[in-house]
Amino acid sequence: MKHLLTTRELDRATAVRILDVAEEMAATADREVKKLPALRGKTVVNLFFEDSTRTRLSFESAAKRLSADVITFSAKGSSVSKGESLKDTAQTLVAMGADAIVVRHPASGAAHRLAHAGWIDASIVNAGDGTHEHPTQALLDAFTLRRRIHGADARGQALDGIRVVIVGDILHSRVARSNVWLLATLGAEVHLVAPRTLQPAGIDEWPVTVHALLDDALATEPHAVMMLRIQRERMVDAYFPSEREYGRIWGLTAERFAALPADTMVMHPGPMNRGLEIASVAADSTRSTVLEQVTNGVSIRMAVLYLLVAGVEEERA
Amino acid sequence: MSGLIVRGARLLGGETGDIRIVDGRIDAVGSVDPVAGDRVIDADGLVALPGLVDLHTHLREPGGEASETVLTGTRAAAAGGFTAVFAMANTSPVADTAGVVEQVEALGRQHGYATVRPIGAVTVGLEGRQLAELGAMAASRAQVRVFSDDGHCVADPLIMRRALEYVATIGGVIAQHAQEPRLTEGAQMNEGPLSGELGLAGWPAVAEESIIARDVLLAEHTRSRLHVCHVSTAGSVDVVRWAKKRGISVTAEVTPHHLLLTDETARDYDARFKVNPPLRSAEDVEALRAAVADGTIDIVATDHAPHPDERKECAWAEAAFGMVGLESALSVVQHTLVDTGMLDWAGVARVLSTTPAAIGGLTGYDAPLAVGAPAHLTLVDPSASRTWSTDELRGRSRNTPYTGITLPCRVIATVHGGVPTVLDGQLVAADTVAAEAGGR
Repeated sequence: MKHLLTTRELDRATAVRILDVAEEMAATADREVKKLPALRGKTVVNLFFEDSTRTRLSFESAAKRLSADVITFSAKGSSVSKGESLKDTAQTLVAMGADAIVVRHPASGAAHRLAHAGWIDASIVNAGDGTHEHPTQALLDAFTLRRRIHGADARGQALDGIRVVIVGDILHSRVARSNVWLLATLGAEVHLVAPRTLQPAGIDEWPVTVHALLDDALATEPHAVMMLRIQRERMVDAYFPSEREYGRIWGLTAERFAALPADTMVMHPGPMNRGLEIASVAADSTRSTVLEQVTNGVSIRMAVLYLLVAGVEEERA
Repeated sequence: MSGLIVRGARLLGGETGDIRIVDGRIDAVGSVDPVAGDRVIDADGLVALPGLVDLHTHLREPGGEASETVLTGTRAAAAGGFTAVFAMANTSPVADTAGVVEQVEALGRQHGYATVRPIGAVTVGLEGRQLAELGAMAASRAQVRVFSDDGHCVADPLIMRRALEYVATIGGVIAQHAQEPRLTEGAQMNEGPLSGELGLAGWPAVAEESIIARDVLLAEHTRSRLHVCHVSTAGSVDVVRWAKKRGISVTAEVTPHHLLLTDETARDYDARFKVNPPLRSAEDVEALRAAVADGTIDIVATDHAPHPDERKECAWAEAAFGMVGLESALSVVQHTLVDTGMLDWAGVARVLSTTPAAIGGLTGYDAPLAVGAPAHLTLVDPSASRTWSTDELRGRSRNTPYTGITLPCRVIATVHGGVPTVLDGQLVAADTVAAEAGGR
């Protein structure tokens, strides 16, 4: 594996392997010395064209625990905003010795261009591109699900037969896209819920069941419900009439949460709009995985950086 | 007087013959004996077409000289077999006054590679609010007859109605860029399964079709003439077909790229394939080809849109819309329409020369290759084949979408008003062309 750009291109064996390596990485977090020497002498650049403190810190933390040298390049307010192109920026970073570039960009396909345009030769990790994909988020979600379901026996397992409901702005969500492909590849049964206005063209061809109403999807008694962040400005573009109406039909309200099966997990990629797409009682319950998702994010990103930069042949599991 | 003899070309009726050109006009067609001093072009195996006319070219001058100029754009045109181009108005300053259109027209005449007919803006600054001085542009030395806000849709129905009515009095035509602006805010590619997967904002077919439907009804109501730029969807073809059947005065164009490429090209996020209107589905491509063959779509026009590398070597959403097309147009037309048996060479002459000239009010193209007509002609080798690359381009920009595709056809010679602009497949030097053209 040279790049991680999408989950759509991951086969089942590779996906399970990333999750398994992440288990090893998680185990090191319990040791007294958390650092591994795996990427000593390697340079990982975090290239963020879009603000995202959580994702950036997660990648920084992952790279540092692997002993890599970490450069974080926040492109806002830099030469990039003065007209330097994506190509020039990337070539500059490679000239500084980057072995891997973790890129977050507001435009869909930016990571793909960096990997395939022939501009540079470094490994590329997509840390979220526009409304396209966010593969490490989906991997950490799958990791979180697998741990909750299989516990200590998680290694080697996929998610066969696990029913996951994803709710909200599918149209603009890179998290939803990456989760759809990955969960389906891992054998899960994926249900998507959104008003018609927020369903992307071609959704009928995706490996999912689509519901217009949340209650219809919850009636399937899912193992997990993943609530997506809804952006308030979508109202202005007439995707839905009001926050109140959205919350009433598509929000995980206290009533809906109470009616769920007792072991249904509640997931959210963060940051949450409490009271809009998710009620506090759901977000703060023991069935919520929100904080585990953050912790697991570091393990997943360690696994991805390790597999891309250190190379498969050097792996010592 | 010495002339230029084209020896043994395949003429449009399919027969082989010679063409003698003297003093900028066609002097004789058939079996012609050279006179001492005549220059002879051996056209054995070549098809003689009337000089091609592009109703939709972006020459970028004034203001966009980093991408193209009148000189570089008309050199690209000549290399592609064109002898006349209609230059779109979205320059800087916008071609919305007599001064700008006269400047562009004069530059074309000075360089001599092709006749440059400026297209005037419909509204001041292409802003869609106030009519530009259409009458002044029509009465200027540039004799503007085609008006377009191309790049922008004349979206306000009242402005569109008034423009249609107003140009009828000066014998003009409104060339509409059919794109409902609200339905395409932020649009990046064809709305379909791939846009949903790639996370690129969709440009739905209905945004084009709804404007064309509105405009043909306005044209009917005002008894005016409408031309629809770059038709890209099967639904648009249906609307135009309906309008023509109803007797509405509407003509339509399609670009070469919409006849060949589909939205699948976006899969790699390579912005060379980013164009407006976007590349559509394979079903749309089929419908567009059939529409050219049955005459629903009247012409092929390039929408040649040069951009510097840096406007394409970036993320898709940040890249400019458009692709160059003058050099490749005839090759793509042969590939998609002639080699598929949908159009013969007389048909090519119709969709790439006679009809675009008629729509644009350009004289001298109504009797192709007839004795006495101005000598605008193109000799092409239909048996040629080449793997397309940027080396085939002659303009200033390199944003061709065809790199790596094998395309038929090569332009061997182009003659503009008796002046050779391409000989032996090579552009004639600029000073030679300018001197010969100036001597006429």
